[in-house]
Amino acid sequence: MDFGTVLMAIIVVIGVPAATVGYALLTERLLKLVRPQRRAAVRPWLWLLPGFAFLGLYLIYPTINTLILSFQNSNSTEFVGVENYATLLNQGGFWQTMLNTGLWIVFFAAVVVLLGILIAVLADRVRYETAVKALVFLPLAISFVAAGVIWNFMYDFDPDRGTVNAIVGIAGVEPQSWLTEWPRNTFMLIIVGIWMWVGFATVILSAGLKGISTELLEAARMDGANELQVFFRIILPLLAPTIAVVATTIVITALKTFDIIYVMTGGNFGTNNLATLFYAERFRAFDAGTAAAVAIILLLAIIPVMLFNIRRFQAQEAIR
Amino acid sequence: MTGDARVDAPPRVDTLAGSGPKWYNRLPLHVALILISMIWLLPTVALLVSSFRPSSEILTTGWWNAFTLPFQFTLDNYQEVLSRDNMGTSFLNSLFITIPATVIPIMVAAFAAYAFAWMEFPGRNVLFILVVGLLVVPLQSALIPVLQFTTNIGLTGTFPAVWLAHTGFGLPFAIFLLRNFFGALPREMFESAYLDGASPTTAFFRLVLPLSVPAIASLVIFQFMFVWNDLLVALILVGGTQDVAPMTVTIANLVNSLGQGWDRLTAAAFISMALPLVVFFSLQRYFVRGILGGSVKG
Amino acid sequence: MTRTFKYIAPLAVLMLVLAACDAGDESPGPGASGDGELGGEISIIAVYADAEQEAFMSMIEPWAEEHGVQINYESTRDINAVLTTRLAGGNPPDIAGLPGPGQMAEFARNDQLVALDDVIDLDTYRENYSDAWIELGSADGEFVGIFTKNSVKGGIWYNPAAFEDAGYEVPEDFAGLEALVEQIAEDGTPPWGIGLENAAASGWPGTDWIEDFMLRQSGPDAYNQWWQGELAWTSDEVRSAFEAFGAWAADETYVAGGPNSALNTAFGNGGDCLFEDPPECYLHHQASFITSFFEDNFPDVAESGVTYDFFMMPGIEYDGVVAGGDLFGMFNDTPQARSLMQYLVTPEAQQIWVEIGGALSPNKGVSLDAYPDEISRRSAEALINAETVVFDASDLMPTEMNAAFWSAVLDYVQNPDNLDSILENLDAVQEDSYGG
Repeated sequence: MDFGTVLMAIIVVIGVPAATVGYALLTERLLKLVRPQRRAAVRPWLWLLPGFAFLGLYLIYPTINTLILSFQNSNSTEFVGVENYATLLNQGGFWQTMLNTGLWIVFFAAVVVLLGILIAVLADRVRYETAVKALVFLPLAISFVAAGVIWNFMYDFDPDRGTVNAIVGIAGVEPQSWLTEWPRNTFMLIIVGIWMWVGFATVILSAGLKGISTELLEAARMDGANELQVFFRIILPLLAPTIAVVATTIVITALKTFDIIYVMTGGNFGTNNLATLFYAERFRAFDAGTAAAVAIILLLAIIPVMLFNIRRFQAQEAIR
Repeated sequence: MTGDARVDAPPRVDTLAGSGPKWYNRLPLHVALILISMIWLLPTVALLVSSFRPSSEILTTGWWNAFTLPFQFTLDNYQEVLSRDNMGTSFLNSLFITIPATVIPIMVAAFAAYAFAWMEFPGRNVLFILVVGLLVVPLQSALIPVLQFTTNIGLTGTFPAVWLAHTGFGLPFAIFLLRNFFGALPREMFESAYLDGASPTTAFFRLVLPLSVPAIASLVIFQFMFVWNDLLVALILVGGTQDVAPMTVTIANLVNSLGQGWDRLTAAAFISMALPLVVFFSLQRYFVRGILGGSVKG
Repeated sequence: MTRTFKYIAPLAVLMLVLAACDAGDESPGPGASGDGELGGEISIIAVYADAEQEAFMSMIEPWAEEHGVQINYESTRDINAVLTTRLAGGNPPDIAGLPGPGQMAEFARNDQLVALDDVIDLDTYRENYSDAWIELGSADGEFVGIFTKNSVKGGIWYNPAAFEDAGYEVPEDFAGLEALVEQIAEDGTPPWGIGLENAAASGWPGTDWIEDFMLRQSGPDAYNQWWQGELAWTSDEVRSAFEAFGAWAADETYVAGGPNSALNTAFGNGGDCLFEDPPECYLHHQASFITSFFEDNFPDVAESGVTYDFFMMPGIEYDGVVAGGDLFGMFNDTPQARSLMQYLVTPEAQQIWVEIGGALSPNKGVSLDAYPDEISRRSAEALINAETVVFDASDLMPTEMNAAFWSAVLDYVQNPDNLDSILENLDAVQEDSYGG
């Protein structure tokens, strides 16, 4: 154990990073074996190889597996055609689940991206930037088990324990049951999501913002542009690719949100989304087939997001 | 050459200088930022205050009652969490899991992102869209096949099993983000480097990586944090036995099967959050303006 | 490159130091020594954590020491997901605490559990356990699960000190309970404290109520048909059990804070109102484990027999007791697993946990004197003396039915007028979840 732990420490700190750098250096050696005129064609595949090996094993193969499962019965012993999909579409709460998923995409994603831009741009102008970013980042660093505890403190029905009810109580409002009435409960859960994820958007957008050259901004100001004009005419267009990355990731996060709903309401009171429905089908109903069908619907749901990204790349390629 | 640009970032320019550096012009800015910070901080403050309250108080009254007389503050919750027999080992286990599970995916993603951004090959867009699409695969649906082959190759129960899994699961986002930043580097820079006889590998290590530090820094922050806070992948692939359990597992075991003991999670949250915050703050130095400008001029 | 090294080097040193410190306090684990009759190791997964885990370990340590087996114990509260994933992924534990008989049946149906007929000596098992436990541990005619610990449902908890102040008496029969409830309500306090919230499992405390009514109103036969899926949810029997629960739980006059409070209150806080001064409720319906919550929430006030005590829910048309229990099953047929399963059913093993507290033993060989306090002894007695014992119906149902039942309780308390559609919906779930 003692020797093993020391060895593990050496592997972790020195061995693993060295191995990854080593691979990159190895590629040029390997290319020496190829005829010079073929090198440019072979090189990209060597750089992609490790990534796609991992993706293939850990995501692509499981997804194909899921696709097959979705056409099989609950314990995957025989094929049943599209029966799982039919069951799902006719299931009582399915359309509410889809509606919630939609609410998450629209409200969660929009607020997170807009607030993220706002905070990143504003914080960029003050000396305590790091402090502000740290505060909005903090929620994501709290493990979700603890965040569940926090939000129980916030939403508790008893005004002696629930912060929000205590606050509205000061204004003379009766204690509200925040998490039991649809659609209010979905919005309350979206607020938790926003609280957690704005820091993510802020940090990445802030990284993007640092890539915009100061000279460009100064030149615009010299030309008499006011701050709003600078923001809309220069910062926003230059930040657009980063915003697109953040927006795409956040929309997908909205689709996959699981912990918040599972811990706060368990999907009760009409708060299910596709991710919690998947979990319920897989681990409550033990129905591998229907669960797989839910996962496939989740994949189909991001086709618009992917189309948007394709357009964006094509536009980017055109100008570069 | 790029190193100097990174360390000696240009002094911060007061970006509102044009409209006059009068403090009252900037007042709305400060008010907005401080207001947002306050709102964001409130839930965390509730948790922090609670973590210093006696367990029976946490369980039965609101956190603001801590400020009513008589004051009852205690370090019991912290002491209880820190004195778990397995806390030291599991902290170390978390490090052993998290460091490689951060380094490997970022390096592997950087290779792929470099190819996607600056190399020509057939099917480039299709493959890249595939990567973005994989972002949506639910972890729970991938875990069963992953566990199957991990067991088949005999890795289950070892740290490399989780390193590789987190690499696989973390790659889509890492490639997506890095390709975007790498793609924004100026083409002329590569052209002049190649003219000087640099190979693409040299360009990658000497130009691409140093010039993308803000993006890489944010990626390190998030990948580190996600792995550090992960419970499910660790529980399935390395298991929860004491010699390999990471901190998340040890902390989850503070709560018994009936849900009792959740009050200790208040203190556990701040203990487990400490290291991701250290990573966050120590990487802030790389979020500086002018890296690109400096290198192009230099 | 050198600059990067500057940061990595101190980190490497830190980790080496930590590693060395860690190695320092290394001590031989339990089971490292011993007569080594079996040797090797055993992997176990169960929901026990914290104090429960310590109690469970104390229970199996004598066995581990005797046979020189190393125990690899893992704990998770999400046992359904972890077990399902590890079974499907080909890496199941040797033995596991199962979430309930319902899930046990699902695992057995997929041939994932090892039959115990030649593992446990059934003659001895029959001597120590009533037939009901053997039946409950069987699925499709195969004996696959053993009970190691159980709990009594349907206790009604009250605060004797508060009862005395208000002049209330413990009722003798169900009519007496109804009269007492009316009396308390008339005196201006809602009689019941109810907490239904428990994250993803929210609603289960209500299923315990409904099961109690089902057994006492319609008898064990109807009760058994119900969980077996042979009695419709829309039947008069089930409907009247829901209505009896709703008459109290869904009515503002009878629940502290109103039904909304019941929906939002964590089950562990459901009885808090008993201890307020003045009391905000006088009665709380919950299984025997609730006492640990009283002690945690009110360490200065809660005192067994003085500020909290219980009486069993009185019989109505029928009398009986609903019990819950913890099951173990075997996924890998190893000598160590066989030996541990044999050990777990012995009175000697179970007595260890009983003495630590927090567990009732299904084994008749465990003496009543082993219980550490009055309340747990009386709970054990209630189980032994009951003319009928049935098992928690929701835990016996297929998992999907069980989950639908939990949610139905929440829907019903929120909208008692929707009972018809709620029950029809449960019938629909019943139709496809029992198929197999």
